[in-house]
Amino acid sequence: MGVVEVREAVLSRRVTAREVAKAALGRLAAHADRLGLLTQPLTDRALEQAAEVDSRLASQSGDEARSRLPLAGVPIVVKDNLCTSFGRTTCASRMLEGYESPYSATAVARLLERGAVVLGKANLDEFAMGSSGEHSALGPTRNPWDPSRVPGGSSSGSAAAVAARCAAAALGSDTGGSIRQPAGHCGVVGLKPTYGRVSRYGLVAFASSLDQVGPLARSVEDAAAILDAISGVDPHDATSADRPHTDTLASIGTPVEGLTLGVPRQARGPGNHPQTARVFEQAVETFRGLGARVVDVDLPTIEHAIAAYYIVATAEASSNLARFDGVRYGRRAALGPDDGLDDLYSRSRSEGFGPEVRRRIMLGTHVLSSGYYQAYYATALKARRLVQRDFDRCFAAGCHAVLMPSSPGPAFRLGEKTSDPLAMYLEDVYTVGVNLAGLPGVSVPAGFARVDGVELPVGVQLIARAFDEGTLLRAARMFELANPAGRRAPP
Amino acid sequence: MSGLSDDDLRRIARLSRLALGDDQVGPCRERLSAVLGYVERLHGLDLSGVEPLVHVGDQTNRLAADEAGQTLGNDVLMRMAPERLEPFVKVPKVIDEGAGA
Repeated sequence: MGVVEVREAVLSRRVTAREVAKAALGRLAAHADRLGLLTQPLTDRALEQAAEVDSRLASQSGDEARSRLPLAGVPIVVKDNLCTSFGRTTCASRMLEGYESPYSATAVARLLERGAVVLGKANLDEFAMGSSGEHSALGPTRNPWDPSRVPGGSSSGSAAAVAARCAAAALGSDTGGSIRQPAGHCGVVGLKPTYGRVSRYGLVAFASSLDQVGPLARSVEDAAAILDAISGVDPHDATSADRPHTDTLASIGTPVEGLTLGVPRQARGPGNHPQTARVFEQAVETFRGLGARVVDVDLPTIEHAIAAYYIVATAEASSNLARFDGVRYGRRAALGPDDGLDDLYSRSRSEGFGPEVRRRIMLGTHVLSSGYYQAYYATALKARRLVQRDFDRCFAAGCHAVLMPSSPGPAFRLGEKTSDPLAMYLEDVYTVGVNLAGLPGVSVPAGFARVDGVELPVGVQLIARAFDEGTLLRAARMFELANPAGRRAPP
Repeated sequence: MSGLSDDDLRRIARLSRLALGDDQVGPCRERLSAVLGYVERLHGLDLSGVEPLVHVGDQTNRLAADEAGQTLGNDVLMRMAPERLEPFVKVPKVIDEGAGA
């Protein structure tokens, strides 16, 4: 069952939250190891949370429960770079192997307050750095559609758990595509909200000016329900926007009148897999069939977005990850009697961080270092401005949303891109610009590519104006309803 | 600009506080150079007169109400430290005894 279905069943007392949790935990236990979904199951804790929801329900009238527990009994998994005051928070890194956070991330706390039940912490690329789910110290996550392939990343476990029907929804984080790209590869809906829409408090920081927490779910409607629960200003995060909670679910079924969609010529790049290109054109036709006006737009800087992104993101990461030094928390290397503080830092960090994280810290350190700052970092920030202007022009020309593929091709095989970081980075060609510009974007299942005799999901991405998740999700819902085949579960 | 030398790599590793074995220098240099070579394309953009975009959010300070609130206690934070000598977090010696004050 999805988010809205579970909520309705539990609120109408057709089923208890505990029964839902038991069933979900059973399914999760059957698939978690096979697919590498979790860094940690939270079975006992989930049953306790569910029992608590049931007891809160018992003491409330129907109307009261509906407003206070809009996610009553909804079983979710939470990406393990979001702090939880229960269980461990590891970022899939040896650096934080046994780390127990003293507090929960605001997004997690808001879900719990509203009645959701956390089944476990979802696997990810270490510190959310990766596009395949392979850079986890605990081993890779696998794609439920074809376990020899990656689920995408970095919210790999979140996407795969929702696709495998082990959780009704999941929380992920998206710095350059880490919600939308795995959502596309796994055939689920993935929403990156506007920068500032959801509090980042308790999200272990990767690139603070780009990171955003968001939902992965089976339907646009379910993603809207989760967004409405987690959005809104938070005194603990000064970058959270001073705006009220969204209420996107209430109007999700209302089609966007006179919907105008911009299709950038860059979305039809020569790097697209032929089957991704085919599904994308079908999606454009589906929107036309819904009466949308489809217009050509131009995002001339988007082909520079990856370059700008990997400078900005790694620069911020090198600064953010400086806190892991073996002193106050996290891994501490064993030292000899003559070793000093510098040895403690460098050995703890080298033992704790995996190769991709080390690579990004070094890249970020280099682009910020004396003599290189202007050439790399300052240049990337100017390119970032141009990326934002490109999108602004589309919206100023009357587009409600911009339509692009979620990634250039369907899920690739495990190991195919691990030895070539640049090839891996290019996976994010259609997603990073959205983070640089701070806009909301959603990946929606659009169809299937048949590759080597296997069907693999293909997603398309809609992008809207900042803080216009309402229009974004309504347009996505129109597409979803017109394209029910996209919502199939894996075999 | 993108071609890194082994010495560049050692300098970057030192600044990053990462230990880099001799056998890791070569492969690491190659991979970083490839990425730096790719990002060179930014220099093909006309960026004259373009203001850098550091952050998309509202960049004004927001003042919190001047009220005491609950924060995490010292005991909670100290429990996370891998080595401690209460009430301190323990680190290796940083001042050389022979060096004087």
